[in-house]
Amino acid sequence: MAGRLEHPGYDEEKLRIVSEQLPCREVQAGALLSLMGQPQQYCYPSLFIYGHRASGKSHVVNTLMKELELPHATVSCVECISAALLFEQVLLAFFGCDAASLLPRSPSLSDFVRIYRQQASQSPAEQTRYIVLEKAELLRDADANLLPALLRLQELVSIFLYSEIVWDKFRPNTGCFEPLLLHFPDYSKGELQQILSKDRHPSYSAEFYSSYVHILLGVFYAVCRDLRELRHLAALNFSKFCEPVAAGKAKETDAHKLWKNIEPHLKKAMQTVYLREVSSLQWEQMEEHDAGALRGLSAHTHVELPYYSKFLLIAAYLASYNPARTDKRFFVKHHGKIKKTNFLKKNEKTSNHLLGPKPFPLDRLLAIFYSVVDSRVAPTASIFSQRDMSVKFVLITCVNICFPLQIPEFKVAVFLFLCRFVLFTSFAL
Amino acid sequence: SSELRFKLCLDLWNQIKTETEALQDELHRNILDSLLEFTRKCSSTRQHSDWASQMRASEIPTAALVLGVNVPDHDLTFQSLSELLRDSVTPHVASLQAKECGGNGFRLLIWSLNSTAQILMGTVVDDDEEEEEEVQQPGSRRHHSVLCSLQALCDWYSSKTKARPPRGGTPGKKRSSAAVDEQHRQPPVVIIFKDLEAFNPRVLQDFILICSRYVQRLPLMFIFGIATAPSTIRHMLPNSVSSLLCIELFQSLSCTQHLTTVIDKLILTSNFPFKLSGRVMQVLVSIFLYHDFSVRNFIKGLQVRISRFQALYVRRRILNFHQYACVQRSVKSQAGNTWNDDTLALCRAELVLTTVVFLRMLAKDELISLLQKCAEVLQPVKSKQMKNARVQLEELLAKFKQLDGENIQHEDNLTSPVKDLQKKTDLFQLQKTLLEMNESRRSKRRSPFELLRNEAVEFIDSLVKNHLSPPESKPLYEVCYYSSSATVRRHLNATPRTSIQAALGRPYNYIQNDSLKAEDGTVSNAAPDICIAYKLHLECGRLINLYDWLEAYSTVVSAAEDGDPDSDGFGKVDEVKHARFIRAVSELEFLGFIKATRKKTDHVARLTWGGC
Repeated sequence: MAGRLEHPGYDEEKLRIVSEQLPCREVQAGALLSLMGQPQQYCYPSLFIYGHRASGKSHVVNTLMKELELPHATVSCVECISAALLFEQVLLAFFGCDAASLLPRSPSLSDFVRIYRQQASQSPAEQTRYIVLEKAELLRDADANLLPALLRLQELVSIFLYSEIVWDKFRPNTGCFEPLLLHFPDYSKGELQQILSKDRHPSYSAEFYSSYVHILLGVFYAVCRDLRELRHLAALNFSKFCEPVAAGKAKETDAHKLWKNIEPHLKKAMQTVYLREVSSLQWEQMEEHDAGALRGLSAHTHVELPYYSKFLLIAAYLASYNPARTDKRFFVKHHGKIKKTNFLKKNEKTSNHLLGPKPFPLDRLLAIFYSVVDSRVAPTASIFSQRDMSVKFVLITCVNICFPLQIPEFKVAVFLFLCRFVLFTSFAL
Repeated sequence: SSELRFKLCLDLWNQIKTETEALQDELHRNILDSLLEFTRKCSSTRQHSDWASQMRASEIPTAALVLGVNVPDHDLTFQSLSELLRDSVTPHVASLQAKECGGNGFRLLIWSLNSTAQILMGTVVDDDEEEEEEVQQPGSRRHHSVLCSLQALCDWYSSKTKARPPRGGTPGKKRSSAAVDEQHRQPPVVIIFKDLEAFNPRVLQDFILICSRYVQRLPLMFIFGIATAPSTIRHMLPNSVSSLLCIELFQSLSCTQHLTTVIDKLILTSNFPFKLSGRVMQVLVSIFLYHDFSVRNFIKGLQVRISRFQALYVRRRILNFHQYACVQRSVKSQAGNTWNDDTLALCRAELVLTTVVFLRMLAKDELISLLQKCAEVLQPVKSKQMKNARVQLEELLAKFKQLDGENIQHEDNLTSPVKDLQKKTDLFQLQKTLLEMNESRRSKRRSPFELLRNEAVEFIDSLVKNHLSPPESKPLYEVCYYSSSATVRRHLNATPRTSIQAALGRPYNYIQNDSLKAEDGTVSNAAPDICIAYKLHLECGRLINLYDWLEAYSTVVSAAEDGDPDSDGFGKVDEVKHARFIRAVSELEFLGFIKATRKKTDHVARLTWGGC
């Protein structure tokens, strides 16, 4: 398989190293190489690579760039909270810090192009320069002209974008230069097996590790095909797998016994570690102490609230899920008779929990609060500060951005079970 | 001698303050220690090169610190945490607060990145001046970044760790303690998120994504301060982000426990001459339970008490010298009386048993264990009375144990009607049985256990009453006890709306002007404009016609000005009155009493009720 990667203009030894590092991605790497052409040739101006998470996009490109020693700048778009940072990093990678310091304080695109031209004329390129942008989907949120402009940089450099989103979602309204699309398909089960087997434990044989990977994939392949996750799971559970071998109870070839030993453990892992309910560190500790039930993050929903905060939360919940018309009936002691037949409109008969919480104004919240609390409560400052606290803790959210003179509106942000929990624990219903 | 008094008061307060701080440190000791242990372990495993930890190297170790909803207390905890971290683990500690990273969207991210970088770089620059040069030299040689980024932080960190010589020790020593030394050379960078819930989730996600790109070069570590429940992490971070973290949970002491310890150690001791009466204590505790769960606010309340107490003391100085001497003598004897061993022990017993007195509903096991505790408390006491009490207690305990057999039978009796209930399906029958059960419960003969329980509770009650007379009954208790609960309430639990209404309705309270004096419920003509407008609006319904309001207003104001109701111009609206009225109305709108409506353009709607 090695050595299949061939292209004129590059050192063969280097290509061999590259193809060793890119198992199961020879086809894509070959396609990339042929698009890039020989180092001194012009490359296709822009290339858009897409594929799911952990399908080897950045790995392939980075390995090619690094091993073949091509001039490139790799920038992650998450990091570029402003275009300035992007320009700075690109210039830094190509021409060093002197060029980057030429950028003005808030550089525009033309500043960048001007400085790039100036620098490029001082040190003319013998090879094509590449800008590699990771997580390119974030460019859509940047200035409207940034993405089309970057695609137009063809006269200067080649751009590689990669993303988990297809190009169709990128196209700006104004139109732009279309990049060449390259798709990285997901790894198949066999390929996953091959890749995972590569990072074997140094003190065990390769066959042993690959049989372990086989078992692991058998359990997890149905729910997860993400290489990164699988690698993480493999690392976590391996010590348990080789426990019988280390204890001398089984040999490395004793596949059935090992399987029996690891299977319940993996099932458990699927419910905890895989969902990140339990962190890897806690998982390892659990293995050591064997402390059966470790509660995941979602299990800790208990919130201990002061007395009036509980009532505020309950009042907010009632205000969110009951129509305002019914307030009189539910919260006023002598409300008079209301005809049952047309009390609720037809659309109100569907469960309000299916429709989600509705916004309510502050005075309604307080009115319900005062009627829900049994004793007389003075409208003190601490009650209002408790409301603000609930907003801060995201138990209640503020719907409209409040002007000082406008009555703020809120929505409850917690689910029924939490409210019910608060009720039951505090009033022993 | 007011200075002396002030100094004494200050001394007392400082004493209490240092004591509470020590106490809080003590209470948080456990959790802080485990946190420190966690950070140390993480930074040491990072440098290990064994297979498993290599596979996990891309995760950022994160401690989720669940602190409870008592936000005002958190500051102290974080302060001592970062001090401890700085002292023993790493000099690089930055804390972020959501409100410092205000706004939303990318600006916030810039802010948080910037402030992280600045705090981190800043702290060490402040450390000493030699290092400052080291930091700046490479900085000037490299370029000055337009914005702080994690890249810059990374460069700074690597230059820092390489340039700095290992701390202390000769080269020979270095080799022997290589692991420790390694840890010192690469101290982790700890970022504390003080209030995780308040951060914008999107920004937090981006921040974590960026950090995870650098985690190989920069040993980062997060501490999340969580006020509600750990499940908020799952609400804020999607799986793709939380998979970059390795979260360990730390649960802090519950705030009620915390308060109990504080009360135990601070108020129920003889160390401080300052005491609270039962009512005041109740106010403070109810503020704690009903409103904020905050121990710090509780202590602040105590401080208010002390300062008020000092002010009251000034008035008591009217006592002449003779009386003063008397006071001193009696205080001494009283102190001798009140705080001998017996009563202290009993005090504790009372604490244990207040629950019993208030809730006579306790189950048997709990009651017995409480009584046993009580007997234990009384064990070391030597006086005769107490010995008697102990003997009686033990008799009671023995009786409880005898009851065991009977009790089981009784339970059988109790459960039988319930069993019947399950069999019946007829609605009418069901109702009948339920009614019967209700009846029987009311008139039910008390079980022997209940009788015994009442006996026990009464015994304890009388014991406590005999030995612990309320302080108010003793002479000159005011010297030590502070008992004005109304002032406490007024000071700590402010009611802004009531005071605004009071100010508008009775301006004399605030502006001590004799012409404003009026009978109850009326406002004098000479009152400020806003008071008159307020008073007039109270007489209206839900919608107020502005023109009528203006007319009424100008009549009242003219009466105050010339006072001649027969003259021609009386009650006429002139420009000045009009302007004054408009100002008063807009002030009322600002205070939230009225608002404009769209239904009728010349009307305003009332927003408050009552008062008329």
